[in-house]
Amino acid sequence: MREQKPKERIRNFNEVALGLTEEEAVAEAKRCLECKRAACIGGCPVEIDIPAFIKLISEKDFQGALDKIREKNSLPAVCGRVCPQEDQCEKVCILAKKKEPINIGALERFAADWALEHKVAKYELRTPNSERRNARVAIIGSGPAGLTCAGELAKMGYGVTVFESLHSSGGVLVYGIPEFRLPKGIVESEVDYLRGLGVEIALNVLIGRTRTLDELRKAGFGAFFIGIGAGLPYFLGVEGEMLNGIYSANEFLTRVNLMKAYLFPEHDTPVKVGEKVGVIGAGNVAMDAARSARRLGADEVSIIYRRTEMEMPARIEEIERAKEEGIRFELLTNPTGFFGDADGWVREAECVRNRLGEPDSSLRRRPVPIAGSRFKMALDTVICAIGQGPNPLLPRTLPDLKLDEDGNIIVDKLGMTSIEGVFAGGDIVTGAATVIAAMGAGRRAAAAIDVYLTQQA
Amino acid sequence: MPYKILDKARLNSVTSKIVIEAPYIARNARPGQFVVIHIDEKGERIPLTINDSNPKDGAITIIFQGVGRTTCRLAALKKGGFVQDVLGPLGKAADFGRAGRVIFIAGGVGIAEILPVARYARANNNIVTAVTGARTKELLILEDEMRGASDRLFIVTDDGSRGARGVVTGPLKELLDKEAFDLAYCVGPDIMMKFACGLTKQYNLKTLVSLDANMVDATGMCATCRVKVGGEVKFTCVDGPEFDGHLIDWDEFMKRQKRFVALEKRAMEYHGHKCRMPG
Repeated sequence: MREQKPKERIRNFNEVALGLTEEEAVAEAKRCLECKRAACIGGCPVEIDIPAFIKLISEKDFQGALDKIREKNSLPAVCGRVCPQEDQCEKVCILAKKKEPINIGALERFAADWALEHKVAKYELRTPNSERRNARVAIIGSGPAGLTCAGELAKMGYGVTVFESLHSSGGVLVYGIPEFRLPKGIVESEVDYLRGLGVEIALNVLIGRTRTLDELRKAGFGAFFIGIGAGLPYFLGVEGEMLNGIYSANEFLTRVNLMKAYLFPEHDTPVKVGEKVGVIGAGNVAMDAARSARRLGADEVSIIYRRTEMEMPARIEEIERAKEEGIRFELLTNPTGFFGDADGWVREAECVRNRLGEPDSSLRRRPVPIAGSRFKMALDTVICAIGQGPNPLLPRTLPDLKLDEDGNIIVDKLGMTSIEGVFAGGDIVTGAATVIAAMGAGRRAAAAIDVYLTQQA
Repeated sequence: MPYKILDKARLNSVTSKIVIEAPYIARNARPGQFVVIHIDEKGERIPLTINDSNPKDGAITIIFQGVGRTTCRLAALKKGGFVQDVLGPLGKAADFGRAGRVIFIAGGVGIAEILPVARYARANNNIVTAVTGARTKELLILEDEMRGASDRLFIVTDDGSRGARGVVTGPLKELLDKEAFDLAYCVGPDIMMKFACGLTKQYNLKTLVSLDANMVDATGMCATCRVKVGGEVKFTCVDGPEFDGHLIDWDEFMKRQKRFVALEKRAMEYHGHKCRMPG
């Protein structure tokens, strides 16, 4: 796929990957072997009929291809960009064994973008049955799980309202993933598509505070889906983390993405990036933060990671792009404290070097500190991207909601929580995972909510 | 859906009051809670204390000083105008119930923040003493309202133009020397809260403060508002804004409050205007 060149792109926030042309897409689609027992479908968390949509692209029926994807996936323009296809559908593509797998993600993106470009919006509602139409469903959180659940239920004929506490819908798609990887206009278009299906989006509503679940029940909502994600940032818990210049990745990315701090001072929200930036962690969030810091003008940006490149959780593509953009990698390195100046600004990190020991519960080799390896690293900005946990704000307002020891919501096989009629899915159930996994959960919950409401009717 | 400004008034040269239509917030707001206001697409999200809420009219009242870019923009809005987003009610509400003899200490716009809590204290049968202060008579707000919400009100100004001359810790110390109190509640500039807490600590008087920290989402997601309380990291937005003032690491908190000062100044310069306060 064509990309913006590294030298150009580190000076802007425009999308890096430029997408396929019609000719490129058709040529790529024609490589597909149209396997009878297509492994790619099983590799997809929402089981898109991949060979079918690819065949339609090869026949230049782009709208048909998108319709085929939309049967299973409400956010194709998003998934085509941010799904880890290399670990899912493309990994099991039969062609992967011999040469390059089909670039399924690029084709999915192509079909979605084609429709956006040609302003085609086709809303296919399944015949709603009248009992269903009387039942309204409240979706709490407008991230990938909530939006997917909302779209599925709307297609079945339910009245759906999505409640979002922020001023934009999309959850992590708008506050977390940067413009250069997922343009916000794309997310907005996908949300518009859901609005076309009849989904109502209520912004600035923090459930439990602005309105409560009880109030919503009284207002006629018969079922609920909680998809509030993993919003609570983790810190290392070492000395000096309160120093100025130390951000959670959530804060840094929210300032940059949702609040558009990269357009400061034209936009009012500031973000302060120094000359030497250290990003702790090596997942996709860490890469997003590092690459954003680079674009904001930092001279030197380092990923500081306690294991090796092998164990990095980020997508290979994102790691490669980060390298192309000059991001440094301080591997087998762990910060043990931060030190600042008299005004409270961080000036350096104290780190230890690790070696890899025996595998731990994640099956990755455990980092073991090397004795006497302590050293200082000059840093004036630190971004902590070591993961997120469940935000306790909503659960605290629902004493009957059962949580596991990590604070994630416990659900049964159908996705129902300990409160009748209240379902949950995505990161708030599983802990932080991928966009597509959350979408799969939203989709399954929609089916379970349909069964539940049908029984209730 | 934008939120309509039902009323707008100027209390003095730096302080404004706006009444915003926000029915759900008005219905669920409790004393001590706050909202986040986001004026428009280019605006910052800033936390502001809810000074009053009226469920019947679906309205909330916000009193604030025009000091930064966002508050100055907010001060320039007019009755009948709109703000794009209002989120709330946020933060823990005051819940001290019947504590006994409660002394309120407030400075500047902090007076607007203690007013709903003082009313709450009165409603819970506490004996309310209040000490309010400002730099000058002109800057002293809500004198009548505070008089109505407290059993006794002591006023100080830096220049003596209203009430006694001095700062709030003056009358506070005199009162603590003479009388016993069960609880103190203090809101004002950080430095004032630090000194007031230092004083009440000497008298072993439990003191609650309400912190005004920089926030973004204000729902526990970004952690920019983190503050060390009793050695533990707390988020002002969800664990606060009310904390035990004796446990706050004030020096660290006050350094953290300066994180974006230089950039805020740059934004004001870029937009080339000083804070003007039309009526």
